Amino acid sequence: MTTAPVSPVSVPEKLLLAVVGLGLLLLLPVAFDGDAARARLCFFAALGLVSAGTLGWSWYTFGRGPAGVRLNDQWLRGSTARGALAWLTAVVLTGFYVVLYWFSSDNGQGNFGPLNQLVHALDPVSQALRRRPADQWFLYGTFYTLAVLLMGGRALWKYRHSPYQRIRTASVMFFQLGFAFLLPGLLLAFQRPEYYFSYFWPLKYDYLFPGTVSYLLKDGGPALGVFMVFWGAVMSFVATPVLTYFFGKRWYCSWVCGCGGLAETAGDPYRHLSHKSRAAWRWEVRLIYPILGFIVLVTALLWLGAAGVLPGWFTTPQQSGLPLVSGLSPVDGLSKVYGFFIGSIFSGVIGVGFYPLMGSRVWCRFGCPMAAYLGLLQKHFSRFRISTNGAQCISCGNCSNVCEMGIDVKQYAQRGEPIVRASCVGCGLCSTACPRGVLNLENGPREGRYQASQLISADSLRILG
Amino acid sequence: MHLVIIGNGITGVTCALTARRLRPEARITLVADESPYHISRPALMYVYLGHLRPQDIKPYDDWFWQENRLELIQATATAFDAQASTLTLSTGAVLSYDKLLLATGSRSRPGEWPGRELAGVQGFVTLPDLEQMTRDTHGIGQAVVVGGGLIGIELAEMLASKGVAVTMLIRDAHYWGSVLPPEEAALVQRQLVVHHITVRYGTELAALLPDTQGRVRAVRTSTGEELPAQWVGLAIGVEPNADLARTAGLEVARGILVDELLQTSAPDVYAAGDCAQHRAPAPGEVAVEQLWYTGRQQGETVAYTLCGQPRPYRRGVWFNSAKFFDLEYQTYGRVPARPEPAEHSFCWQHPNGRHLLRLNFRRDTLAVTGVNVLGLRHRHETWHAWLQAGTPAPQVLAELGAANFDPEFFRQHEAAMVAAFNQQFPQHPVALRRRKGLFGR
Repeated sequence: MTTAPVSPVSVPEKLLLAVVGLGLLLLLPVAFDGDAARARLCFFAALGLVSAGTLGWSWYTFGRGPAGVRLNDQWLRGSTARGALAWLTAVVLTGFYVVLYWFSSDNGQGNFGPLNQLVHALDPVSQALRRRPADQWFLYGTFYTLAVLLMGGRALWKYRHSPYQRIRTASVMFFQLGFAFLLPGLLLAFQRPEYYFSYFWPLKYDYLFPGTVSYLLKDGGPALGVFMVFWGAVMSFVATPVLTYFFGKRWYCSWVCGCGGLAETAGDPYRHLSHKSRAAWRWEVRLIYPILGFIVLVTALLWLGAAGVLPGWFTTPQQSGLPLVSGLSPVDGLSKVYGFFIGSIFSGVIGVGFYPLMGSRVWCRFGCPMAAYLGLLQKHFSRFRISTNGAQCISCGNCSNVCEMGIDVKQYAQRGEPIVRASCVGCGLCSTACPRGVLNLENGPREGRYQASQLISADSLRILG
Repeated sequence: MHLVIIGNGITGVTCALTARRLRPEARITLVADESPYHISRPALMYVYLGHLRPQDIKPYDDWFWQENRLELIQATATAFDAQASTLTLSTGAVLSYDKLLLATGSRSRPGEWPGRELAGVQGFVTLPDLEQMTRDTHGIGQAVVVGGGLIGIELAEMLASKGVAVTMLIRDAHYWGSVLPPEEAALVQRQLVVHHITVRYGTELAALLPDTQGRVRAVRTSTGEELPAQWVGLAIGVEPNADLARTAGLEVARGILVDELLQTSAPDVYAAGDCAQHRAPAPGEVAVEQLWYTGRQQGETVAYTLCGQPRPYRRGVWFNSAKFFDLEYQTYGRVPARPEPAEHSFCWQHPNGRHLLRLNFRRDTLAVTGVNVLGLRHRHETWHAWLQAGTPAPQVLAELGAANFDPEFFRQHEAAMVAAFNQQFPQHPVALRRRKGLFGR
């Protein structure tokens, strides 16, 4: 079939996009400039251009004119439909993560490899916030927070007709800036452990490892350290089930979590790229629950080892000669394997690097053990559901299309069934995009939560098989 | 039993799915020429807009048909012999059937203007129509859309999204004059204004003017105005696709005539959906129903009859919905364009011109008869129950929160609606009792 015409790109739009592109290009000379002062100037000029261009373009595209669902041409432009620009973006993002994780550690003399100049350009900011020089993780945190804030601005304009989307977007921006950037920085400035109050085990898997707990108790001091350990345990084991019972998984995944925050803002242009097929759903189930099992096992073994109830072999370093784990005890080796494959490669490199190809929630959907845990709670112990409005569905598929978690929402809507799925993060975009007002995120009594509408006779045919 | 269904639209497919459920052993064949798989017709516009890809408007994945043993044949059904119970396809194949369902849908009403055959002039109902529009609208600057109904405004939105300057020619004095009361139409007109659509009300198409290549260059209107247009969309309604039935000698008026079991004049041959015309429609109901929802209901009903559980077609409480640019519309029950003498019509509007609720109720019993909402979402089940029970309007208003289906954090307008009602009908005082949501009871 021929492709429909694409709406013309106006001159102001081209100019604003050029400003963004110029800013991104300006980061390259920063990386290779020998003159630190000039590199720093370049760096902040680059950030300024990217910020101004992104916000200017967002306002120009979404902020003027009438408010409403604006998804035009998203499957017709290469940048958001796996075209050349999308592949380029994916390669650059993936490359950045590879360099960040494995080639930019401090060499002991304050040199951070290929990212060295970029890191040191941030020294004044880091000194002001954290009272110490920047490192590669501060650079990453700054980029991350900036992405959430700038693209959050875009999301605020794009979805300004929906109070739910406005408030939710503001929430992820707030938690990223406050809880995942400023507060950890301030803690460091006061010589306290860099603790993220918005991340919990099992997503932040080491927060309940014996090593981290003893470190927090030691370095956090008697009051703060105990509070941090208490906070982490309570959030994981008490607040998570309680909040999920009342509001569903969304209280975390699309309102608080930093991974979700990036997906909902920077990842929003790519949300429709998630695969909706039954095969993708099967992969999801095959991956995410074993990963949850893996981290639960590792955590349990670490505690059993620390308590001394495991046979000695488990906690004795072994010269196995295996890559990655040689010289570690079997339990520490497992923890290392989890950290390398799941914590770094899956959540970072694939999770964000593949945004332009597989959508913004690859990690959340296929890998995140927190999402798996929240999902089980949401499916079985929650008041949350997405209601279908009687027989009003026209099977148009807009809901499935915007679902970043790859749920084929229309399969439920066209049968009049409520959507109760473990993976749903409650972003609400299906409801926002529905042209017939069919879908609504609701917390209601648990009785009849799966009850389909009487106004449409649901065919009982299988969808998962 | 071999059930053969002609047409893979919502009617034919709903019938096939229902029959599969009722008769797991039956052989079911769907014959259609438009597309190999069932598509959502109302979603065609979203492919053009670029919201969706062509494969995204298939309500069921490709594996679905085989797994549920629904045989799909892409071919034109050219003739059938009701005596011999056989169907001839354009491929030359002959199918024998035990039961035959005609679900051939409708097609654009062609119109008979001079220049109708020019390139760049078309209707918009089918997948081939979408392909044709996709080919013919590259690089155009101006377009004219003829007709002030649902397809007309969809075409305007599609074209405008590509930067095309659109003029709509609408015969009535306001938008969708046969269905919408003037207040509702005024809200739609606001949408047309903010989306820069030019509208000529009270104006019809007179002629389509060619360029030297045989392509449309301009239109002339009934007022004598000449509007340049490199593409013209004709959206003056649809008509039943009844050629096959006519050829086979079935009784056909506007559509294929059916009784309340949706049976045609020939034995074992049924018709449902857009192509069917009811011989004796219930009072207040139309003989030819051309909606997605009625197609689905008729398809389901006829499946019971085809599977040996005869079930007369009952329309039930009417409902419909649409979206006019950014303005959502839902209706439950009957809200005629002009008020009925036996009914009150209460209409509340938000001053911002983006939300409206109209409630019709009987003057004698106060029973609600219909509701229109624009820029508000209302719960189908709640209205179905109120309308079926003939709930008095004051009680409905007091409990209006129960019908509120807007997302969380949206501003609630029930208090303002009740205040307006109390002002207009002080003899029926109402106090708002019900808040929104599933816990509001």
